[in-house]
Amino acid sequence: MIKLDAKIPEGPLAQKWSNYKANQKLVNPSNKRKLDVIIVGTGLAGASAASSLGEMGFNVKIFTIQDSPRRAHSIAAQGGINAAKNYPNDGDSIFRLFYDTVKGGDYRAREANVYRLAEVSNSIIDQCVAQGVPFAREYGGLLDNRSFGGAQVSRTFYAKGQTGQQLLLGAYQALMRQVNAGTVEMHTRTELVDIVIVDGKARGIITRDLVTGKLEKHFAHAVVLGTGGYGNAFFLSTNAMGSNGSAALKAYHKGAAFANPCFAQIHPTCIPVHGEFQSKLTLMSESLRNDGRIWVPKKKEDAEAIRAGKLKPTQIAEEDRDYYLERRYPAFGNLVPRDVASRAAKERCDAGFGVGTTGLAVYLDFKTSIERLGKEAIEDRYGNLFQMYEKIVDDNPYETPMMIYPAIHYTMGGIWVDYNLQTTVPGLFSIGEANFSDHGANRLGASALMQGLADGYFVLPYTIQNYLADDIATPRMTTDEKEFVEAEKAINDRITKLMKIKGKRSVDSIHKELGVVMWDFVGMARNKEGLQKALERIKEVKKEFWTNVRIPGSEEGMNVELEKANRLADFIEIGELMARDGLNREESCGGHFREEYQTPEGEALRQDDKFAYVSCWEYQGEDKAPVMHKEDLVFENVKLIQRNYK
Amino acid sequence: MVQQFKKKSNMENSINLTLKVWRQNGPKEKGRFETYQVSNISTDSSFLEMLDVLNEQLINEGKEPVAFDHDCREGICGMCSLYINGHPHGPDDRVTTCQLHMRNFNDGDTITIEPWRSAGFPVIKDLIVDRQAFDKIIAAGGYVSVNTGGVPDANAMPISKADADEAMDAASCIGCGACVAACKNGSAMLFVSAKVSQLALLPQGKVEAARRAKNMVSKMDELGFGNCTNTGACEVECPKGISLANIARLNREFIKAKAQD
Repeated sequence: MIKLDAKIPEGPLAQKWSNYKANQKLVNPSNKRKLDVIIVGTGLAGASAASSLGEMGFNVKIFTIQDSPRRAHSIAAQGGINAAKNYPNDGDSIFRLFYDTVKGGDYRAREANVYRLAEVSNSIIDQCVAQGVPFAREYGGLLDNRSFGGAQVSRTFYAKGQTGQQLLLGAYQALMRQVNAGTVEMHTRTELVDIVIVDGKARGIITRDLVTGKLEKHFAHAVVLGTGGYGNAFFLSTNAMGSNGSAALKAYHKGAAFANPCFAQIHPTCIPVHGEFQSKLTLMSESLRNDGRIWVPKKKEDAEAIRAGKLKPTQIAEEDRDYYLERRYPAFGNLVPRDVASRAAKERCDAGFGVGTTGLAVYLDFKTSIERLGKEAIEDRYGNLFQMYEKIVDDNPYETPMMIYPAIHYTMGGIWVDYNLQTTVPGLFSIGEANFSDHGANRLGASALMQGLADGYFVLPYTIQNYLADDIATPRMTTDEKEFVEAEKAINDRITKLMKIKGKRSVDSIHKELGVVMWDFVGMARNKEGLQKALERIKEVKKEFWTNVRIPGSEEGMNVELEKANRLADFIEIGELMARDGLNREESCGGHFREEYQTPEGEALRQDDKFAYVSCWEYQGEDKAPVMHKEDLVFENVKLIQRNYK
Repeated sequence: MVQQFKKKSNMENSINLTLKVWRQNGPKEKGRFETYQVSNISTDSSFLEMLDVLNEQLINEGKEPVAFDHDCREGICGMCSLYINGHPHGPDDRVTTCQLHMRNFNDGDTITIEPWRSAGFPVIKDLIVDRQAFDKIIAAGGYVSVNTGGVPDANAMPISKADADEAMDAASCIGCGACVAACKNGSAMLFVSAKVSQLALLPQGKVEAARRAKNMVSKMDELGFGNCTNTGACEVECPKGISLANIARLNREFIKAKAQD
């Protein structure tokens, strides 16, 4: 039976982290050498944690499924990274960043964690600049900022439309420096397939070498999961093809609570779906909403004519355009948070005002900004994004407005962690998108990069020591211990079972089926009936998978289909958990919109008296219903109000 | 409820293709070309989505699908590769294979698809090669030697916009290896020079610029990459438009390092 203890330090909000650091346990340099830490994932969180722990003198082993740590999906983040530097002198502060994040998350995040995040945000920018990250600068040579959704200040630092790439390369280079120094051991094309628990503590992992197909056992004093989100349960998402939720699911199976699984973010500005062979969706950065205006035709007949190809958007007169975000939310306009912008797009399209050949698209128009600033200024800010759009859609966004539609982008839910970023399993930690903390029910733009690097550079390197300090007398264990051998056997059995199915359908075809169920019933708008239907349908998909999947080749050597099958089996379980959690949460908050709970204007309606808690699911065994535990959220510094961006 | 998979758009065309694909079971096995037919490929789909269709077809026929590297499918992770009709990342300019769209091909075309071919990048399976050599080159010096914490305020050091922008251009390298695949000598000079340039252009990286250049170049040589003979093929094929000017800057830093020896 799981016991949830958030371990929030005593004291006033602004002093909690300082107090924690002043009183925490540390490990001395000679003992650090005796302690092994496994980090899974080489994105912003994993790479920054591994380099920092390596520099400190711990023995680190790091694992990635890619051919190089630099491929992690953090690389694709475009717009920027938030920090409370207040360089533009526009009224920002640590408290304001904290407040915006809690409010943006629709009051479903833990105050103490969010405040710490805002507090360390400034150090991240300093660190990245010192590493040589080429952030955008003003002519005076100082750093430039831009605005993102959900904020009325400019606090977002950026490197063109490739901020994630530049921050990840900074962390990757710091990591490779430690590999060179011998403090970090790198394992590429290697996938975590299970976590090993000995005497109630995480003591290692089982991996599969994706080139040889061999299973390997690895011991460590602590295991850290920085394995990202599970948005690919929807098949179509902005996540990379390999992004998966398997590590999180293994942790859940081994006793870690899975928190708020239904909190998934749907990003409002993605390139619309083009056809049935589509493999993924491409994001257009939120930063575009700084200068782009979102609209659909005011008249239904215009929208119909556009869909039929008889009218072009440029032919619609200014007075016949409905800039619906500016109309509904005059204070924040096009820069409302993502959940609000996504729902507003869906509302217009469902009402028959959508554009594109299918009516599932809205316009993002740069005409006003190009007139105001000139084409060159727009090209300077978003050149690479415009080029990408043109390559995919074959249309010039400098002349014709972009078409966009919401898509699954990020998961706020994830492995439950306490203030130490430790899961309910001692010695098992989780960082970055993989954990549930900080973003509540909706993440603000440019906050994912901030959280990943905060966890990796400035939080985990402290909190993990507090745990490891009690473990200095634990000698390295051999991986011949029965817990390792049993875990390895279980994985071998599962792989054999998968290979023996020899059914008729490809992994992808079943994954697409799961994706349709998820999008239709666990997507942008959910209701009781639909979620119940989703649970039934997912059961059918699960049965279809385990009886009818076809995996060619063998378990030896490289077998891409086997990799995908292993991940899909886990996505099916995650999908079920998402639907179950969505059904339980009878309120609308952030990205979780239950149609039964909305204001007359169609805004999300929270039920604070009943649902101001984190839902934490405890695994009970295969085909058994999990048990839900609550972490009550206590707000001492922020007053809960209905989010108002008007 | 919104349908995720929309019907075919009326603007869309579809084409039929013959594919000649390199198949190789393992690093030490002998490879060969296999010929496949694919039909009704939407010209709006990407090259990799076309390969997805081929693989679905092969699986349904009970055959092994073609192994190829890919991940973000947004042109930024650098994972996808493929030597298509004699060009790394195919015939279109400034795109990776994942962003290459089928509208660049005509109905009835034959397309030849090979892995990167270079001594530095051995084949693992089919179209997948081993690019760990790039990580080793970065590990030899492709960073600013600072630890976490204890660094100055981000605005303590003004950097001219021109230098910052030029550094950013060099830093946009995605490490895909197209430059090596395009080079008749199999040289990694464009890749190495992009990192050396980015860091040499910024005051933070200038401190160890010469040492960095020397260490990275000697690691590149050790790993079996060839010499640069200034043919410029790398710049032409680079999906991110990394400029040859970076190689000149690398040479300057390298000479400085040699003079200091």
